[in-house]
Amino acid sequence: MPWFRRSKEKISPDSKKKDLPDGLWEKCLGCGEIIHKKQLEVNLWTCLKCDYHFRVGSEEYIQVLLDDRSFKELFKKMRSSDPLKFVDTKRYNERITAAIKKTGLNDAVRVGTGKINGKSVAFGCMDFKFIGGSMGSVVGEKIARIIDKAYKSKIPLIIISQSGGARMMEGAYSLMQLAKTSSRLARLADAKIPYISILADPTTGGTTASYAMLGDVNIAEPKALIGFAGPRVIKQTIGKDLPKGFQRSEFLLERGFVDKVVSRQELKQTVSNLIDLMT
Amino acid sequence: MGKTILDFEKPIFELEEKLEEMKESSASLDIGKDILRLETKVAQLKEELYKGLTRWQRVQLARHPDRPFTLDYINLMTENFIELHGDRHYGDDKAIVGGFAKLGDYKVMLIGQQKGRDTKSNVYRNFGMANPEGYRKALRLMKLAEKFNKPVITLLDTPGAYPGLEAEERGQAEAIARNLFEMSRLRVPIIVVIIGEGASGGALGIGVGNRILMLQNCWYSVISPESCSSILWRNWDYKEQAAEALKLTAPDLLEQKIIDRIIEEPLGGAHKDHQAAADTLKSALLEELDKLVKIKPEKLIEERLEKFGSMGEYIE
Ligand SMILES: [Zn+2]
Repeated sequence: MPWFRRSKEKISPDSKKKDLPDGLWEKCLGCGEIIHKKQLEVNLWTCLKCDYHFRVGSEEYIQVLLDDRSFKELFKKMRSSDPLKFVDTKRYNERITAAIKKTGLNDAVRVGTGKINGKSVAFGCMDFKFIGGSMGSVVGEKIARIIDKAYKSKIPLIIISQSGGARMMEGAYSLMQLAKTSSRLARLADAKIPYISILADPTTGGTTASYAMLGDVNIAEPKALIGFAGPRVIKQTIGKDLPKGFQRSEFLLERGFVDKVVSRQELKQTVSNLIDLMT
Repeated sequence: MGKTILDFEKPIFELEEKLEEMKESSASLDIGKDILRLETKVAQLKEELYKGLTRWQRVQLARHPDRPFTLDYINLMTENFIELHGDRHYGDDKAIVGGFAKLGDYKVMLIGQQKGRDTKSNVYRNFGMANPEGYRKALRLMKLAEKFNKPVITLLDTPGAYPGLEAEERGQAEAIARNLFEMSRLRVPIIVVIIGEGASGGALGIGVGNRILMLQNCWYSVISPESCSSILWRNWDYKEQAAEALKLTAPDLLEQKIIDRIIEEPLGGAHKDHQAAADTLKSALLEELDKLVKIKPEKLIEERLEKFGSMGEYIE
Protein backbone atom coordinates (compact mmCIF):
# COMPACT_ATOMS: atom_id res chain seq x y z
CA MET A 1 0.00 0.00 0.00
CA PRO A 2 2.41 2.66 -1.01
CA TRP A 3 1.64 6.27 -0.17
CA PHE A 4 4.16 7.25 -2.75
CA ARG A 5 3.45 7.59 -6.42
CA ARG A 6 5.99 8.51 -8.96
CA SER A 7 3.77 10.51 -11.24
CA LYS A 8 5.88 13.45 -12.27
CA GLU A 9 3.19 15.88 -13.20
CA LYS A 10 1.37 15.60 -9.88
CA ILE A 11 4.23 15.55 -7.46
CA SER A 12 6.32 18.45 -8.65
CA PRO A 13 4.30 21.35 -9.92
CA ASP A 14 7.27 23.47 -8.80
CA SER A 15 9.07 22.93 -12.05
CA LYS A 16 6.21 24.59 -13.88
CA LYS A 17 5.99 27.47 -11.50
CA LYS A 18 9.51 28.57 -12.23
CA ASP A 19 8.68 30.64 -15.27
CA LEU A 20 5.90 32.46 -13.46
CA PRO A 21 6.83 35.61 -11.54
CA ASP A 22 6.17 36.31 -7.86
CA GLY A 23 4.43 33.03 -7.09
CA LEU A 24 1.19 34.89 -7.73
CA TRP A 25 0.26 32.85 -10.75
CA GLU A 26 -0.58 29.19 -11.14
CA LYS A 27 -0.56 27.16 -14.31
CA CYS A 28 -3.51 24.86 -14.85
CA LEU A 29 -2.37 21.25 -15.19
CA GLY A 30 -5.47 20.52 -17.24
CA CYS A 31 -5.24 23.11 -20.01
CA GLY A 32 -2.15 25.21 -19.35
CA GLU A 33 -4.09 28.39 -18.57
CA ILE A 34 -2.25 30.86 -16.33
CA ILE A 35 -4.48 31.90 -13.46
CA HIS A 36 -3.92 34.49 -10.74
CA LYS A 37 -3.95 33.03 -7.24
CA LYS A 38 -6.72 35.35 -6.08
CA GLN A 39 -8.89 34.33 -8.96
CA LEU A 40 -8.16 30.68 -8.29
CA GLU A 41 -9.23 31.09 -4.67
CA VAL A 42 -12.48 32.80 -5.67
CA ASN A 43 -13.09 29.90 -8.01
CA LEU A 44 -12.38 27.38 -5.20
CA TRP A 45 -9.14 26.23 -6.82
CA THR A 46 -10.69 25.00 -10.02
CA CYS A 47 -9.82 26.15 -13.53
CA LEU A 48 -12.25 28.65 -15.02
CA LYS A 49 -11.55 27.32 -18.46
CA CYS A 50 -11.46 23.52 -18.13
CA ASP A 51 -12.79 22.83 -14.60
CA TYR A 52 -9.53 21.13 -13.62
CA HIS A 53 -9.54 20.65 -9.85
CA PHE A 54 -6.26 21.77 -8.32
CA ARG A 55 -5.01 19.59 -5.51
CA VAL A 56 -5.51 21.57 -2.33
CA GLY A 57 -5.18 20.88 1.39
CA SER A 58 -7.24 21.06 4.55
CA GLU A 59 -6.98 24.85 4.82
CA GLU A 60 -8.65 25.27 1.44
CA TYR A 61 -11.26 22.54 2.02
CA ILE A 62 -12.26 24.20 5.28
CA GLN A 63 -13.03 27.30 3.17
CA VAL A 64 -14.80 25.24 0.52
CA LEU A 65 -17.06 23.32 2.87
CA LEU A 66 -17.47 25.01 6.22
CA ASP A 67 -19.16 28.26 7.20
CA ASP A 68 -16.79 31.15 7.72
CA ARG A 69 -14.75 30.86 10.93
CA SER A 70 -16.87 27.96 12.18
CA PHE A 71 -14.04 25.39 12.27
CA LYS A 72 -12.81 24.49 15.73
CA GLU A 73 -9.82 22.24 15.45
CA LEU A 74 -9.33 19.32 17.84
CA PHE A 75 -6.26 17.26 18.78
CA LYS A 76 -4.08 19.64 16.81
CA LYS A 77 -0.87 18.82 18.65
CA MET A 78 -0.91 15.09 18.11
CA ARG A 79 2.18 13.89 16.24
CA SER A 80 4.02 10.71 15.42
CA SER A 81 6.27 9.11 18.02
CA ASP A 82 8.12 7.05 15.40
CA PRO A 83 7.19 3.86 17.25
CA LEU A 84 9.41 1.52 15.20
CA LYS A 85 12.41 3.90 15.12
CA PHE A 86 12.18 3.36 11.40
CA VAL A 87 15.14 4.03 9.14
CA ASP A 88 15.35 3.65 5.39
CA THR A 89 17.52 5.97 3.34
CA LYS A 90 16.50 8.57 5.92
CA ARG A 91 15.24 8.45 9.46
CA TYR A 92 11.46 8.56 9.67
CA ASN A 93 11.84 10.96 12.56
CA GLU A 94 13.67 13.38 10.25
CA ARG A 95 11.03 12.96 7.57
CA ILE A 96 8.36 13.92 10.08
CA THR A 97 10.28 16.95 11.32
CA ALA A 98 10.87 18.09 7.74
CA ALA A 99 7.21 17.59 6.81
CA ILE A 100 6.04 19.54 9.86
CA LYS A 101 8.40 22.38 8.96
CA LYS A 102 7.40 22.38 5.31
CA THR A 103 3.63 22.17 5.76
CA GLY A 104 2.97 23.77 9.13
CA LEU A 105 0.87 20.71 9.94
CA ASN A 106 1.61 18.05 12.56
CA ASP A 107 0.40 15.13 10.44
CA ALA A 108 -1.68 14.27 7.39
CA VAL A 109 -5.15 14.96 8.79
CA ARG A 110 -6.90 17.80 10.61
CA VAL A 111 -10.13 17.23 12.51
CA GLY A 112 -12.60 19.33 14.38
CA THR A 113 -16.14 20.60 14.44
CA GLY A 114 -17.71 23.17 12.17
CA LYS A 115 -20.92 24.28 10.51
CA ILE A 116 -22.31 23.71 7.06
CA ASN A 117 -25.01 26.28 6.30
CA GLY A 118 -25.59 26.55 10.03
CA LYS A 119 -25.70 22.82 10.72
CA SER A 120 -23.10 21.38 13.11
CA VAL A 121 -20.85 18.64 11.76
CA ALA A 122 -17.81 16.65 12.82
CA PHE A 123 -15.19 17.24 10.16
CA GLY A 124 -11.92 15.69 9.07
CA CYS A 125 -9.73 16.56 6.12
CA MET A 126 -6.53 14.92 4.99
CA ASP A 127 -3.51 16.71 3.53
CA PHE A 128 -1.68 15.01 0.69
CA LYS A 129 1.30 17.28 1.11
CA PHE A 130 2.17 15.70 4.47
CA ILE A 131 4.14 12.54 3.53
CA GLY A 132 1.75 11.73 0.70
CA GLY A 133 -1.31 11.96 2.94
CA SER A 134 -0.28 8.63 4.39
CA MET A 135 -2.09 7.07 7.34
CA GLY A 136 -0.08 6.10 10.39
CA SER A 137 -1.06 6.02 14.06
CA VAL A 138 -1.79 9.76 14.23
CA VAL A 139 -4.12 9.84 11.24
CA GLY A 140 -5.91 6.70 12.43
CA GLU A 141 -6.31 7.98 15.96
CA LYS A 142 -7.53 11.43 14.92
CA ILE A 143 -10.02 9.93 12.47
CA ALA A 144 -11.22 7.53 15.20
CA ARG A 145 -11.66 10.42 17.62
CA ILE A 146 -13.60 12.57 15.20
CA ILE A 147 -15.88 9.63 14.52
CA ASP A 148 -16.38 9.41 18.29
CA LYS A 149 -17.11 13.13 18.41
CA ALA A 150 -19.88 12.64 15.83
CA TYR A 151 -21.13 9.64 17.83
CA LYS A 152 -21.21 11.41 21.18
CA SER A 153 -22.55 14.75 19.92
CA LYS A 154 -24.96 13.03 17.49
CA ILE A 155 -23.86 15.22 14.60
CA PRO A 156 -23.16 14.15 11.00
CA LEU A 157 -19.61 13.21 10.05
CA ILE A 158 -17.82 14.51 6.97
CA ILE A 159 -14.35 13.25 6.03
CA ILE A 160 -12.36 14.40 3.00
CA SER A 161 -9.74 11.87 1.97
CA GLN A 162 -6.65 12.40 -0.12
CA SER A 163 -4.05 9.82 0.63
CA GLY A 164 -1.54 7.42 -0.85
CA GLY A 165 -2.59 4.82 1.73
CA ALA A 166 -1.11 3.44 4.92
CA ARG A 167 2.26 4.79 6.05
CA MET A 168 5.02 2.21 5.63
CA MET A 169 7.25 3.66 8.33
CA GLU A 170 4.89 2.60 11.09
CA GLY A 171 4.58 -0.98 9.85
CA ALA A 172 1.75 -3.01 11.34
CA TYR A 173 0.63 -0.05 13.47
CA SER A 174 -0.39 1.72 10.25
CA LEU A 175 -2.22 -1.34 8.99
CA MET A 176 -4.23 -1.59 12.19
CA GLN A 177 -5.56 1.94 11.69
CA LEU A 178 -7.75 0.52 8.91
CA ALA A 179 -9.45 -1.71 11.46
CA LYS A 180 -9.51 1.00 14.13
CA THR A 181 -11.31 3.53 11.93
CA SER A 182 -13.66 1.03 10.29
CA SER A 183 -14.79 -0.41 13.61
CA ARG A 184 -15.58 3.07 14.93
CA LEU A 185 -17.61 3.74 11.78
CA ALA A 186 -19.61 0.57 12.42
CA ARG A 187 -20.58 1.90 15.84
CA LEU A 188 -21.51 5.25 14.29
CA ALA A 189 -23.66 3.47 11.73
CA ASP A 190 -25.42 1.49 14.46
CA ALA A 191 -26.28 4.82 16.09
CA LYS A 192 -27.79 5.93 12.75
CA ILE A 193 -25.63 9.01 12.45
CA PRO A 194 -24.87 9.96 8.84
CA TYR A 195 -21.35 9.79 7.43
CA ILE A 196 -20.51 11.44 4.13
CA SER A 197 -17.16 10.47 2.64
CA ILE A 198 -15.59 12.83 0.11
CA LEU A 199 -12.82 11.40 -2.03
CA ALA A 200 -10.30 13.84 -3.51
CA ASP A 201 -7.35 13.20 -5.77
CA PRO A 202 -5.74 10.80 -4.98
CA THR A 203 -7.30 8.32 -2.58
CA THR A 204 -5.62 4.91 -2.72
CA GLY A 205 -4.45 1.96 -0.62
CA GLY A 206 -5.44 1.54 2.99
CA THR A 207 -7.38 4.79 3.16
CA THR A 208 -9.68 3.64 0.37
CA ALA A 209 -9.83 0.18 1.95
CA SER A 210 -11.22 1.67 5.16
CA TYR A 211 -13.05 4.90 5.96
CA ALA A 212 -12.98 6.51 2.50
CA MET A 213 -15.15 3.73 1.02
CA LEU A 214 -17.48 3.41 3.99
CA GLY A 215 -19.60 6.54 3.67
CA ASP A 216 -23.37 6.26 3.79
CA VAL A 217 -22.83 8.43 0.77
CA ASN A 218 -19.54 8.50 -1.12
CA ILE A 219 -18.85 11.66 -3.13
CA ALA A 220 -15.87 11.99 -5.46
CA GLU A 221 -14.33 15.13 -6.89
CA PRO A 222 -14.11 15.07 -10.70
CA LYS A 223 -11.33 12.96 -12.23
CA ALA A 224 -9.80 12.02 -8.86
CA LEU A 225 -7.66 8.87 -8.80
CA ILE A 226 -9.40 6.41 -6.49
CA GLY A 227 -8.43 2.78 -6.00
CA PHE A 228 -6.85 0.10 -3.88
CA ALA A 229 -3.68 -0.81 -5.76
CA GLY A 230 -1.77 1.98 -7.47
CA PRO A 231 -1.91 2.13 -11.29
CA ARG A 232 1.81 1.38 -11.58
CA VAL A 233 1.46 -1.86 -9.60
CA ILE A 234 -1.58 -2.97 -11.60
CA LYS A 235 0.20 -2.25 -14.85
CA GLN A 236 3.13 -4.37 -13.67
CA THR A 237 0.80 -7.19 -12.64
CA ILE A 238 -1.18 -7.45 -15.85
CA GLY A 239 1.62 -6.37 -18.18
CA LYS A 240 -0.69 -4.15 -20.20
CA ASP A 241 -1.49 -0.47 -20.40
CA LEU A 242 -4.49 0.58 -18.35
CA PRO A 243 -7.62 1.81 -20.12
CA LYS A 244 -8.20 5.54 -20.25
CA GLY A 245 -10.05 6.87 -17.22
CA PHE A 246 -9.32 3.70 -15.22
CA GLN A 247 -9.62 4.29 -11.43
CA ARG A 248 -10.90 7.82 -11.95
CA SER A 249 -14.02 9.14 -10.19
CA GLU A 250 -16.25 8.72 -13.25
CA PHE A 251 -15.09 5.09 -13.58
CA LEU A 252 -16.00 4.44 -9.93
CA LEU A 253 -19.39 6.04 -10.46
CA GLU A 254 -19.98 3.76 -13.43
CA ARG A 255 -18.89 0.68 -11.41
CA GLY A 256 -21.12 1.61 -8.50
CA PHE A 257 -18.61 2.57 -5.84
CA VAL A 258 -19.38 6.27 -5.48
CA ASP A 259 -22.81 7.88 -5.40
CA LYS A 260 -21.93 11.10 -7.15
CA VAL A 261 -19.14 12.97 -8.80
CA VAL A 262 -19.51 16.54 -7.60
CA SER A 263 -17.61 19.61 -8.69
CA ARG A 264 -16.00 21.64 -5.92
CA GLN A 265 -18.36 24.50 -6.77
CA GLU A 266 -21.34 22.34 -5.86
CA LEU A 267 -19.77 20.42 -3.00
CA LYS A 268 -20.98 22.45 -0.03
CA GLN A 269 -24.56 22.72 -1.28
CA THR A 270 -24.72 19.01 -2.10
CA VAL A 271 -23.41 18.00 1.34
CA SER A 272 -25.76 20.48 3.01
CA ASN A 273 -28.78 19.11 1.13
CA LEU A 274 -27.79 15.54 1.90
CA ILE A 275 -27.52 16.26 5.62
CA ASP A 276 -30.95 17.88 5.45
CA LEU A 277 -32.47 14.87 3.75
CA MET A 278 -30.78 12.30 5.95
CA THR A 279 -31.46 13.82 9.35
CA MET B 1 8.15 -32.97 3.91
CA GLY B 2 11.01 -30.52 3.70
CA LYS B 3 11.85 -30.83 0.04
CA THR B 4 12.83 -27.21 -0.31
CA ILE B 5 15.93 -26.15 1.59
CA LEU B 6 16.52 -22.48 2.24
CA ASP B 7 20.03 -21.07 1.92
CA PHE B 8 20.57 -20.50 5.60
CA GLU B 9 19.45 -24.04 6.41
CA LYS B 10 22.04 -25.72 4.16
CA PRO B 11 24.86 -26.18 6.70
CA ILE B 12 22.49 -27.96 9.09
CA PHE B 13 21.07 -30.16 6.35
CA GLU B 14 24.55 -31.16 5.28
CA LEU B 15 25.48 -32.08 8.84
CA GLU B 16 22.30 -34.08 9.25
CA GLU B 17 22.94 -35.95 6.04
CA LYS B 18 26.48 -36.71 7.12
CA LEU B 19 25.15 -38.01 10.41
CA GLU B 20 22.74 -40.35 8.67
CA GLU B 21 25.51 -41.69 6.46
CA MET B 22 27.72 -42.34 9.42
CA LYS B 23 24.96 -44.12 11.29
CA GLU B 24 24.44 -46.46 8.38
CA SER B 25 28.09 -47.20 7.78
CA SER B 26 29.04 -47.55 11.41
CA ALA B 27 26.82 -50.46 12.32
CA SER B 28 29.80 -52.78 12.48
CA LEU B 29 32.16 -50.31 14.11
CA ASP B 30 32.24 -49.39 17.75
CA ILE B 31 31.78 -45.62 17.39
CA GLY B 32 28.26 -45.30 18.76
CA LYS B 33 29.39 -42.87 21.45
CA ASP B 34 31.04 -40.56 18.94
CA ILE B 35 27.92 -40.52 16.82
CA LEU B 36 25.77 -39.72 19.80
CA ARG B 37 28.03 -36.82 20.64
CA LEU B 38 27.82 -35.55 17.07
CA GLU B 39 24.07 -35.92 17.14
CA THR B 40 23.78 -33.76 20.25
CA LYS B 41 26.05 -31.19 18.67
CA VAL B 42 23.93 -31.02 15.50
CA ALA B 43 20.74 -30.68 17.51
CA GLN B 44 22.34 -27.85 19.47
CA LEU B 45 23.46 -26.05 16.31
CA LYS B 46 20.02 -26.43 14.86
CA GLU B 47 18.37 -24.96 17.88
CA GLU B 48 20.73 -22.00 17.84
CA LEU B 49 20.26 -21.43 14.13
CA TYR B 50 16.49 -21.21 14.33
CA LYS B 51 16.57 -19.13 17.47
CA GLY B 52 18.88 -16.59 15.90
CA LEU B 53 17.09 -16.13 12.58
CA THR B 54 17.00 -12.66 11.10
CA ARG B 55 13.68 -11.10 10.24
CA TRP B 56 14.24 -11.70 6.56
CA GLN B 57 14.97 -15.39 7.23
CA ARG B 58 11.66 -15.62 9.11
CA VAL B 59 9.92 -14.10 6.10
CA GLN B 60 11.45 -16.87 3.99
CA LEU B 61 10.21 -19.52 6.42
CA ALA B 62 6.75 -17.94 6.36
CA ARG B 63 6.75 -18.44 2.59
CA HIS B 64 8.20 -21.94 2.64
CA PRO B 65 6.43 -23.89 -0.11
CA ASP B 66 6.12 -26.98 2.11
CA ARG B 67 4.43 -25.14 4.98
CA PRO B 68 0.93 -26.26 5.95
CA PHE B 69 -1.70 -24.05 4.33
CA THR B 70 -5.27 -23.29 5.38
CA LEU B 71 -6.81 -26.50 4.05
CA ASP B 72 -3.99 -28.56 5.61
CA TYR B 73 -4.75 -27.10 9.03
CA ILE B 74 -8.47 -27.61 8.51
CA ASN B 75 -7.93 -31.24 7.55
CA LEU B 76 -5.53 -31.90 10.40
CA MET B 77 -7.46 -30.07 13.12
CA THR B 78 -11.14 -30.60 12.36
CA GLU B 79 -13.77 -33.17 11.51
CA ASN B 80 -16.72 -33.03 9.11
CA PHE B 81 -15.45 -29.97 7.27
CA ILE B 82 -17.92 -28.90 4.60
CA GLU B 83 -16.51 -26.33 2.24
CA LEU B 84 -18.94 -23.65 1.08
CA HIS B 85 -18.48 -21.76 -2.14
CA GLY B 86 -19.29 -18.42 -3.72
CA ASP B 87 -20.10 -14.85 -2.77
CA ARG B 88 -23.62 -14.99 -4.31
CA HIS B 89 -22.80 -11.90 -6.41
CA TYR B 90 -20.05 -12.69 -8.83
CA GLY B 91 -18.25 -16.00 -8.37
CA ASP B 92 -16.23 -18.37 -6.23
CA ASP B 93 -12.76 -17.09 -5.38
CA LYS B 94 -10.37 -20.02 -5.00
CA ALA B 95 -7.88 -17.87 -3.06
CA ILE B 96 -10.17 -17.86 -0.02
CA VAL B 97 -11.76 -21.03 1.31
CA GLY B 98 -14.19 -21.59 4.12
CA GLY B 99 -16.88 -23.72 5.66
CA PHE B 100 -18.36 -25.26 8.76
CA ALA B 101 -16.40 -27.89 10.69
CA LYS B 102 -16.05 -29.45 14.10
CA LEU B 103 -13.05 -28.42 16.14
CA GLY B 104 -13.00 -30.58 19.24
CA ASP B 105 -16.50 -30.20 20.64
CA TYR B 106 -17.07 -26.86 18.96
CA LYS B 107 -18.94 -26.30 15.72
CA VAL B 108 -17.13 -23.45 14.03
CA MET B 109 -16.80 -21.51 10.79
CA LEU B 110 -13.28 -21.70 9.38
CA ILE B 111 -12.14 -19.23 6.72
CA GLY B 112 -8.68 -18.67 5.27
CA GLN B 113 -6.56 -17.64 2.34
CA GLN B 114 -5.34 -20.64 0.40
CA LYS B 115 -2.05 -20.89 -1.46
CA GLY B 116 -1.06 -23.60 -3.91
CA ARG B 117 1.91 -25.89 -3.56
CA ASP B 118 3.08 -26.08 -7.16
CA THR B 119 2.68 -23.97 -10.28
CA LYS B 120 -0.59 -25.53 -11.32
CA SER B 121 -2.28 -25.29 -7.95
CA ASN B 122 -0.85 -21.82 -7.43
CA VAL B 123 -2.43 -20.62 -10.64
CA TYR B 124 -5.72 -22.20 -9.51
CA ARG B 125 -5.44 -20.44 -6.13
CA ASN B 126 -4.09 -17.22 -7.65
CA PHE B 127 -1.11 -17.58 -5.24
CA GLY B 128 -3.44 -16.92 -2.33
CA MET B 129 -4.24 -13.42 -3.59
CA ALA B 130 -7.97 -12.81 -3.30
CA ASN B 131 -10.21 -10.74 -5.53
CA PRO B 132 -13.19 -8.80 -4.10
CA GLU B 133 -15.44 -11.86 -4.40
CA GLY B 134 -13.09 -13.70 -2.03
CA TYR B 135 -13.60 -11.09 0.68
CA ARG B 136 -17.32 -11.06 -0.03
CA LYS B 137 -17.49 -14.85 0.22
CA ALA B 138 -15.66 -14.62 3.54
CA LEU B 139 -18.18 -12.06 4.79
CA ARG B 140 -21.09 -14.17 3.63
CA LEU B 141 -19.74 -17.12 5.59
CA MET B 142 -19.15 -14.99 8.68
CA LYS B 143 -22.74 -13.76 8.54
CA LEU B 144 -23.83 -17.36 8.23
CA ALA B 145 -21.84 -18.22 11.35
CA GLU B 146 -23.43 -15.28 13.15
CA LYS B 147 -26.89 -16.44 12.14
CA PHE B 148 -26.33 -19.86 13.67
CA ASN B 149 -24.29 -18.56 16.59
CA LYS B 150 -21.04 -20.32 15.68
CA PRO B 151 -17.58 -18.89 16.42
CA VAL B 152 -15.45 -17.80 13.46
CA ILE B 153 -11.80 -18.75 13.01
CA THR B 154 -9.83 -17.10 10.22
CA LEU B 155 -6.43 -18.22 8.96
CA LEU B 156 -4.31 -15.52 7.31
CA ASP B 157 -1.79 -16.46 4.64
CA THR B 158 -1.50 -14.16 1.66
CA PRO B 159 1.09 -12.13 -0.23
CA GLY B 160 -1.62 -9.49 -0.64
CA ALA B 161 -5.00 -8.75 -2.16
CA TYR B 162 -4.77 -9.23 -5.92
CA PRO B 163 -3.71 -5.96 -7.61
CA GLY B 164 -5.50 -6.64 -10.87
CA LEU B 165 -7.61 -4.60 -13.23
CA GLU B 166 -10.81 -6.52 -12.60
CA ALA B 167 -10.22 -6.49 -8.85
CA GLU B 168 -10.36 -2.70 -9.04
CA GLU B 169 -13.42 -2.77 -11.28
CA ARG B 170 -15.25 -4.92 -8.76
CA GLY B 171 -14.19 -2.80 -5.79
CA GLN B 172 -11.25 -4.40 -4.01
CA ALA B 173 -11.01 -1.48 -1.59
CA GLU B 174 -14.73 -1.54 -0.82
CA ALA B 175 -14.72 -5.29 -0.24
CA ILE B 176 -11.89 -5.08 2.28
CA ALA B 177 -13.31 -1.98 4.00
CA ARG B 178 -16.72 -3.64 4.27
CA ASN B 179 -15.19 -6.70 5.95
CA LEU B 180 -13.36 -4.59 8.53
CA PHE B 181 -16.60 -2.75 9.23
CA GLU B 182 -18.77 -5.87 9.50
CA MET B 183 -16.24 -8.05 11.34
CA SER B 184 -15.96 -5.41 14.04
CA ARG B 185 -19.65 -5.80 14.86
CA LEU B 186 -20.15 -9.53 14.30
CA ARG B 187 -22.07 -11.01 17.23
CA VAL B 188 -20.00 -14.18 17.59
CA PRO B 189 -16.40 -14.73 18.76
CA ILE B 190 -13.71 -14.31 16.10
CA ILE B 191 -10.22 -15.78 16.43
CA VAL B 192 -7.64 -14.71 13.86
CA VAL B 193 -4.50 -16.75 13.23
CA ILE B 194 -1.60 -15.67 11.04
CA ILE B 195 -0.30 -18.97 9.67
CA GLY B 196 2.11 -17.70 6.99
CA GLU B 197 2.23 -14.35 5.27
CA GLY B 198 0.15 -11.46 6.52
CA ALA B 199 0.52 -8.89 3.79
CA SER B 200 -1.29 -5.67 4.38
CA GLY B 201 -4.98 -4.99 3.74
CA GLY B 202 -5.27 -8.26 1.83
CA ALA B 203 -4.58 -10.16 5.06
CA LEU B 204 -6.41 -7.79 7.41
CA GLY B 205 -9.50 -8.12 5.19
CA ILE B 206 -10.31 -11.27 7.19
CA GLY B 207 -8.29 -10.24 10.25
CA VAL B 208 -10.47 -8.35 12.72
CA GLY B 209 -11.09 -10.48 15.80
CA ASN B 210 -11.24 -10.90 19.55
CA ARG B 211 -7.97 -12.81 19.70
CA ILE B 212 -5.08 -12.53 17.28
CA LEU B 213 -2.71 -15.50 17.32
CA MET B 214 0.41 -15.82 15.22
CA LEU B 215 2.56 -18.81 14.39
CA GLN B 216 6.19 -18.40 15.29
CA ASN B 217 7.65 -18.08 11.79
CA CYS B 218 5.23 -15.67 10.14
CA TRP B 219 5.23 -12.05 9.14
CA TYR B 220 2.48 -9.48 9.30
CA SER B 221 2.83 -5.88 8.18
CA VAL B 222 1.57 -3.03 6.07
CA ILE B 223 3.76 -3.99 3.11
CA SER B 224 6.11 -6.78 2.05
CA PRO B 225 9.84 -6.19 2.56
CA GLU B 226 10.39 -6.30 -1.22
CA SER B 227 7.79 -3.66 -2.04
CA CYS B 228 8.96 -1.53 0.87
CA SER B 229 12.51 -1.77 -0.48
CA SER B 230 11.43 -0.82 -3.98
CA ILE B 231 9.52 2.23 -2.79
CA LEU B 232 11.70 3.62 -0.01
CA TRP B 233 15.11 2.56 -1.32
CA ARG B 234 13.95 2.74 -4.95
CA ASN B 235 15.61 -0.61 -5.46
CA TRP B 236 14.51 -4.22 -4.89
CA ASP B 237 17.79 -5.17 -3.17
CA TYR B 238 17.11 -3.80 0.31
CA LYS B 239 14.55 -6.39 1.40
CA GLU B 240 16.67 -7.53 4.38
CA GLN B 241 16.94 -3.96 5.69
CA ALA B 242 13.26 -3.36 4.97
CA ALA B 243 12.31 -6.50 6.94
CA GLU B 244 14.40 -5.27 9.87
CA ALA B 245 12.91 -1.77 9.71
CA LEU B 246 9.32 -3.00 9.48
CA LYS B 247 9.61 -5.15 12.64
CA LEU B 248 7.21 -7.68 11.21
CA THR B 249 7.85 -10.94 13.09
CA ALA B 250 5.71 -12.57 15.75
CA PRO B 251 7.87 -11.38 18.69
CA ASP B 252 7.85 -7.85 17.22
CA LEU B 253 4.07 -7.83 16.94
CA LEU B 254 3.62 -9.22 20.44
CA GLU B 255 5.72 -6.33 21.72
CA GLN B 256 3.66 -3.89 19.66
CA LYS B 257 0.52 -5.37 21.26
CA ILE B 258 -0.92 -6.17 17.86
CA ILE B 259 -1.10 -9.91 18.48
CA ASP B 260 -2.09 -11.66 21.70
CA ARG B 261 -0.17 -14.87 21.51
CA ILE B 262 2.60 -16.68 19.62
CA ILE B 263 1.99 -20.30 18.65
CA GLU B 264 5.22 -22.29 18.68
CA GLU B 265 6.15 -24.29 15.61
CA PRO B 266 8.14 -27.51 15.43
CA LEU B 267 11.89 -26.86 15.34
CA GLY B 268 12.83 -25.65 11.87
CA GLY B 269 9.30 -24.55 11.03
CA ALA B 270 5.74 -25.82 10.69
CA HIS B 271 6.63 -27.62 7.45
CA LYS B 272 8.85 -30.07 9.34
CA ASP B 273 5.84 -31.63 11.00
CA HIS B 274 2.39 -30.63 9.80
CA GLN B 275 0.59 -32.74 12.37
CA ALA B 276 2.55 -31.35 15.30
CA ALA B 277 1.98 -27.77 14.08
CA ALA B 278 -1.74 -28.42 13.68
CA ASP B 279 -1.99 -30.06 17.12
CA THR B 280 -0.37 -27.10 18.84
CA LEU B 281 -2.63 -24.67 17.04
CA LYS B 282 -5.70 -26.76 17.78
CA SER B 283 -5.10 -26.83 21.50
CA ALA B 284 -4.50 -23.07 21.55
CA LEU B 285 -7.73 -22.49 19.62
CA LEU B 286 -9.70 -24.69 22.00
CA GLU B 287 -8.29 -22.82 24.98
CA GLU B 288 -9.31 -19.49 23.48
CA LEU B 289 -12.75 -20.76 22.48
CA ASP B 290 -13.39 -22.00 26.01
CA LYS B 291 -13.00 -18.42 27.19
CA LEU B 292 -14.66 -16.59 24.31
CA VAL B 293 -17.89 -18.57 24.09
CA LYS B 294 -18.77 -17.39 27.60
CA ILE B 295 -18.73 -13.73 26.59
CA LYS B 296 -21.97 -12.00 25.57
CA PRO B 297 -22.24 -10.62 22.01
CA GLU B 298 -22.31 -6.94 23.09
CA LYS B 299 -19.19 -7.48 25.16
CA LEU B 300 -17.42 -9.26 22.28
CA ILE B 301 -18.10 -6.27 20.04
CA GLU B 302 -17.02 -3.77 22.69
CA GLU B 303 -13.80 -5.68 23.33
CA ARG B 304 -12.98 -5.76 19.61
CA LEU B 305 -13.56 -2.03 19.35
CA GLU B 306 -11.27 -1.38 22.31
CA LYS B 307 -8.66 -3.82 21.11
CA PHE B 308 -8.18 -2.18 17.72
CA GLY B 309 -8.82 1.25 19.19
CA SER B 310 -5.77 0.92 21.41
CA MET B 311 -3.42 -0.03 18.55
CA GLY B 312 -1.01 2.71 17.55
CA GLU B 313 1.54 5.02 19.17
CA TYR B 314 1.63 8.82 19.10
CA ILE B 315 2.60 11.88 21.10
CA GLU B 316 0.03 14.38 22.35
ZN1 LIG C 1 -7.64 24.48 -17.08
